[in-house]
Amino acid sequence: MSPVSRGFRHLHSAPAGQEDRVPPGQYVTDGFPVLSAGPTPHTPLERWTFSITQGGQTRKSWTWQEFQALPAETITADIHCVTRWSKLGTVWRGVSVDTLLGQVEHDAPYVMAFCDGGYTTNLPIEDITGSQAWVAFGYDGGRLESEHGGPARLLVPHLYFWKSAKWVRGLDLRDHDEPGFWETYGYHMYGDPWKQQRYAGD
Amino acid sequence: METTAVRGRLTWQTAAVTSVTRETASVVTLEVNPPAWPGHRAGQHLEVRLTADDGYQAEREYSIASAPGEPLAITVERLDGGEVSPYLTEELRAGDELELRGPIGGYFVWEPGDGGPLMLLAGGSGIVPLRSILRHRHRTGSDVPARLLYSARTLPDVIYHDELSRCHGGVQVAYTLTRGQPPGWASHTGRINQALLAGVAWPAEARPLAYICGPTSFVETAAAALVGLGYPPERVKTERFGATGGH
Amino acid sequence: MDAVDGNAIGGLLIDVFGAEMTAAGSTCATCGASRPVAELVVYRRGPGTVVRCRTCGSVLMVFVTRHGVTGVDLAGLASLGEPGSALSGTRDPGQGGTNKHAQ
Repeated sequence: MSPVSRGFRHLHSAPAGQEDRVPPGQYVTDGFPVLSAGPTPHTPLERWTFSITQGGQTRKSWTWQEFQALPAETITADIHCVTRWSKLGTVWRGVSVDTLLGQVEHDAPYVMAFCDGGYTTNLPIEDITGSQAWVAFGYDGGRLESEHGGPARLLVPHLYFWKSAKWVRGLDLRDHDEPGFWETYGYHMYGDPWKQQRYAGD
Repeated sequence: METTAVRGRLTWQTAAVTSVTRETASVVTLEVNPPAWPGHRAGQHLEVRLTADDGYQAEREYSIASAPGEPLAITVERLDGGEVSPYLTEELRAGDELELRGPIGGYFVWEPGDGGPLMLLAGGSGIVPLRSILRHRHRTGSDVPARLLYSARTLPDVIYHDELSRCHGGVQVAYTLTRGQPPGWASHTGRINQALLAGVAWPAEARPLAYICGPTSFVETAAAALVGLGYPPERVKTERFGATGGH
Repeated sequence: MDAVDGNAIGGLLIDVFGAEMTAAGSTCATCGASRPVAELVVYRRGPGTVVRCRTCGSVLMVFVTRHGVTGVDLAGLASLGEPGSALSGTRDPGQGGTNKHAQ
């Protein structure tokens, strides 16, 4: 057993009266840790596109200007990282995935989100529709910074935050649920923080 | 060929903190007394682990500041917003316990038999393992020539300044201050670059052995500059701390 | 966030391989670049620790600790360690990777 380090305080627990907002095993942070599996990409906006793809084909694509012309919402959400920090009441600005997928006829049950730098993550369609997911380009009243996934990232607050893929460039419609980057290395295929679904088999 | 293989595991041990010495406004040196320390090589580091009363743990690596044979010490820079360094630099006291394990590292190490001449480049708290190397050089009576170029924000930010000022006998120390200089400062200013190093570093023909330690951006610039001056990449050893200059 | 280098994971490498590995040689399976593990690019403090080739950026090693057990995927490496060492092995670039778990 490690000795307790006298006087060591760390990320705190939930504010009083808000314990039900914090999933098991999480700590609340005031900061916004920057975690990454690779270097920060810097795609110029004039080359940025967001695409819905399927079977090697692009079904629908938006340039940055076209994307900015879509109806956007302000979203307030609690977010939960599998590394155990949670941040309450984060405020984002983004386009609902319903708006994006609504422009494509499909019956795919899954997607693979794909990103600049090669990161991927898999999600069920039913978890990114019905006002549960956005492609966010604004955070805390300003432009989403590149270290936090800007120009745009996926935002899926009800799942662990590795599913909210940074530097997202599109969704590939899939017939089967296949593991993305962290899922391939042992993380849970679904990732419900309220069931502590951190690793495969949890 | 000398082996640095460690068979099996590094085990955590609980050390007593025997002294806390303030080096600069944001840097302290902790002398520690672990019960079963196997000794270390100049340039190695150790890991520290803190445990909160709810069981939460945080681990960080710190370069060993002491030379082999001296009482074990680490030097820690306080990082704003850090989780561990504010505790180590502001809360920890002599008489407290500190869990640690080590020593770790087999690449960023120097022994007199490795030769030189040594070209040491330090960015901020990157001076820590290089100070261990210089102390080891001195304690072993090595006559390998050494040059240190230490980049710091201001003169009060220079760690071990008194000790480095007393360097002589084959060790040349130069500083470059990047954010502010005292009146009459006659030495270098500004961030390290190839032009500065061209005037300060051993020429490539001397076949120097370089050790560069500091924030990632400092190390990348300095390493590229030395290679640009003709240093073979395999004679340029690097240790990157990450953007904030420490752990 | 800035990357660090293989020096920072010296302890992790001892945990997984039972030996000092920062001075060990590595060869990228994608581009063939060789360098000591200490000089590889390391992204950590995330869901796992990702080690990339400094030349081409490909993923070489991924460490994930799940329920106290640390596993490593070495699929991106063509070789690791000195020739003849217990950990060395060669794989032609382009071949499928192997998932290794060490405790």
